[in-house]
Amino acid sequence: MIDFHLDEHSGVPPYLQIVQQVKQSLRLGMIGVGDRLPTVREVVERLVINPNTVLKAYRELEYEGLVSSRPGQGTFVLRTLALMSLSSHAFLRRGLVRWLQSAREAELDDESILALFNATLWDSRAAESEGRA
Amino acid sequence: MSIALETTNLGKRYGFSRRWALRECALSLPAGRVAALVGPNGAGKTTLLQLAVGLLQPTEGKVRVFGHSPFEQQREVLPRVGFVAQGHPLYKGFSVADLLTMGRKLNPNWNQQVAVERLKAIDIPLNWRVGRLSGGQQAQVALALALAKQPDLMLLDEPLASLDPLARRNLLSVLMGATAERGLTVLLSSHIITDLERVCDYLILLSASHVQLAGDIDGIVRSHKWLLGPRTDTSAIASIHSIIQESHTNRQTRLLVRVNEHLFNASWEVHDAILEDIVLAYMGQTMSYDAPVEPPTLQRVRKETAL
Repeated sequence: MIDFHLDEHSGVPPYLQIVQQVKQSLRLGMIGVGDRLPTVREVVERLVINPNTVLKAYRELEYEGLVSSRPGQGTFVLRTLALMSLSSHAFLRRGLVRWLQSAREAELDDESILALFNATLWDSRAAESEGRA
Repeated sequence: MSIALETTNLGKRYGFSRRWALRECALSLPAGRVAALVGPNGAGKTTLLQLAVGLLQPTEGKVRVFGHSPFEQQREVLPRVGFVAQGHPLYKGFSVADLLTMGRKLNPNWNQQVAVERLKAIDIPLNWRVGRLSGGQQAQVALALALAKQPDLMLLDEPLASLDPLARRNLLSVLMGATAERGLTVLLSSHIITDLERVCDYLILLSASHVQLAGDIDGIVRSHKWLLGPRTDTSAIASIHSIIQESHTNRQTRLLVRVNEHLFNASWEVHDAILEDIVLAYMGQTMSYDAPVEPPTLQRVRKETAL
């Protein structure tokens, strides 16, 4: 069984934090096909949040085809997300280290590096969704 | 979507007072919501809750709980409503078990098992006298009694006041659990919105005896924005959007607006507003011109007759 936590200062809406945490658990292999997610009641009692917040998160996961809810029984995992393999992880990390070295040579500080990374990530996402549309 | 609590032009005036404790109150709370009833002291929160549970008779207008009048049709309304009054009053000399016996004998839908299990889960011994319990435990007992009625609408008047942070959390946790389990509608009052932001999805803002704002919290937050810009005359903005709060320096103008269309003049910088800002802005709007209504005191009655 997985456990959720909320970061109140992240600016990410609580329902989205739950969605992201379920996905993260799937990616890391902490939960798999057939596993049951905590019931709405369990989550609201632990996090002390509105039940509709949890229902909204579970509906979103259901819409994405990751879970399915069976009335009276609970919400179950239907499929998992691709596990991040350690070898591809290491390969990407080496590339990133090289990139960071060149960023330092260009005299970027940590904040500028993060800003550049986030802006590029944002642009590539926007380009992807435009391509889809 | 059925409506749990509905009021139309509801008003209440106490005794000889010329002031209205609540006036022109029009609300429609959908079933299944957890609503925060927020407002400064003396805004009319307790009056509204007591009208909803039939402890008070409206001076004018109507209040309906699941379609029935709480004051005139108590037989229909009372079994469906749980009420925890301000300060969660309980008979201090009774044992917890005595209170359960009283609840069982007075309520047709009483579920003894619910109450006993709930009290056991939070380690409250049934043979203890209520007076021996801590404030937090008494609040839990009051909530357990109200939930054992198996109500469809739960009204709580300042349930968190006088509780420490841990007791607050425990109480809200039990309340949310019950809401998830039974699809309960909840209306709870507080003068602090930050306590309730995580648990509520609906807001009713009372100030100066009137409803200033009511609706889905996500919708309220989405429709209010901060506008920052060079100092200007605001009449152009005011013709399209509603200005809730306005402040100026010699260079800059800062506005909180309720947005009616999503287009702004490019000279304005637009920022999201948080719920607390919105609530405080609405309270600030009314506080300046109307003092809160308080129950009449002897002193005031004398002064008024002297006039």
